[in-house]
Amino acid sequence: MNRSFRPGDLLNWLSGLTMIAALYMVFLYAPTEATMGHLQRIFYFHVSSAWVGFFAFFVTLVASIAYLASRKRHWDIVSFSSAEIGITFTAMSVITGSIWAKSTWNAWWPWQQEPRLILVTILLLIYFSYLMLRAFLEDEEQRARFAAVYGIVAFASVPLTFWSVRWWQRLHPVIFERRGAHLSRAMLVTFLFCLFTFTILYFTLLLHRSRLAKLADEVEGLKRRLHSGGGS
Amino acid sequence: MSFWRKVLTIIWKDVVAELRTKEIFSSMFVFALLLIVIFNFSFDLRVEKVAEVVPGVLWVTFVFAGTLGLNRSLALEMEDACLDGLLLAPMERGTIYFGKMLGNLIFISITEALMLPIFSAVFDLNLIRPALLLTIFLGTSGFAAVGTLLSTMAVNTRAREVMLPVLLFPIILPVVISAVKLTTGILDGLPWDSLAPWLRFLVGFDIIFLVISYLTFDYVVQG
Repeated sequence: MNRSFRPGDLLNWLSGLTMIAALYMVFLYAPTEATMGHLQRIFYFHVSSAWVGFFAFFVTLVASIAYLASRKRHWDIVSFSSAEIGITFTAMSVITGSIWAKSTWNAWWPWQQEPRLILVTILLLIYFSYLMLRAFLEDEEQRARFAAVYGIVAFASVPLTFWSVRWWQRLHPVIFERRGAHLSRAMLVTFLFCLFTFTILYFTLLLHRSRLAKLADEVEGLKRRLHSGGGS
Repeated sequence: MSFWRKVLTIIWKDVVAELRTKEIFSSMFVFALLLIVIFNFSFDLRVEKVAEVVPGVLWVTFVFAGTLGLNRSLALEMEDACLDGLLLAPMERGTIYFGKMLGNLIFISITEALMLPIFSAVFDLNLIRPALLLTIFLGTSGFAAVGTLLSTMAVNTRAREVMLPVLLFPIILPVVISAVKLTTGILDGLPWDSLAPWLRFLVGFDIIFLVISYLTFDYVVQG
């Protein structure tokens, strides 16, 4: 079959290549940290996936608002696709963070000392509820409308999660402060590149997930036409 | 009619309906009472100092009983299409939201006010203090603000009553955490400046969610 070049192809290649480059930089290019050793290398992917998690939920918020303003099905698709990706990446950052915490603080999940862990848990629960709400609504228009409202309410907890590290007594390392970063140059370059890579990966996944949802819509429409006795 | 007159009319409608049926209040009160009894028995055997678990027990009771009240309040509106009738009234949707929200706040607050002396007696600890009453009021306001919006959604889903806790608890958890922290601090007699961050958080959260719920309520009830 002769197929033309799609924007998705570009993103596929770009995310594949940048990911290889990111792995090279994390494991070979970036210097080993003085006190934590190789363990510190988890930081690059940990923060990058946390960033994509937040960013994905932010896209859910924007798409929710856009849906309520325009009532276009397209925005609803973007909204829940992004929420699904957000959950995946937030879970990834929780898992990498746990591995790091076990080696550094000798606890997988130090609830008591670190309020940010509580808030990340809440964040995950909120977006699980978001998907559950969708599952329990039959009418497509109502589902999109309610989910959009919940997407907006849910996002209010994201900035709280982000700022909490600066609000309360903390165990979680603060890498970036107003005066600058506690990172060497090579580390900073690696870190920024990882952020870039994960952001590209996010958009690639979002594109594919949205396309899948659109195809599912088309199949649904065809099925309905088939049941109603065909016709053009 | 001015904005507040309309809001008062809706609150009055809820109060009159409640005075005739006593459905929301009685279910909340009996449920809260049962929770206290269960908590008292389950902790009595193991905990050395009961005062240490009181803040948690207090807020779990309020949140569970409050959820029951919210569900009842909106389920009543769904019966005989009362909500549709309410939407036909010549007023903005935001006014309806405020009316329902304040009505819920009043019902939950009355239940809490009646529970506090019982709590104090059961746990042998004076809970009727001005700072604590303020904390309870602020926590309940945040709860009612989000709860009114989300229960309107929940009654429209297939799962109905089951859906509200699933939607509400993760959203309301930060409010509950800060309310519990404040309650613990007040009962421990901590100075105000160590409690101030939590108080600020609680007030900020109330405002954020009241505004968001007010703005989005319109989208939930239309359709």
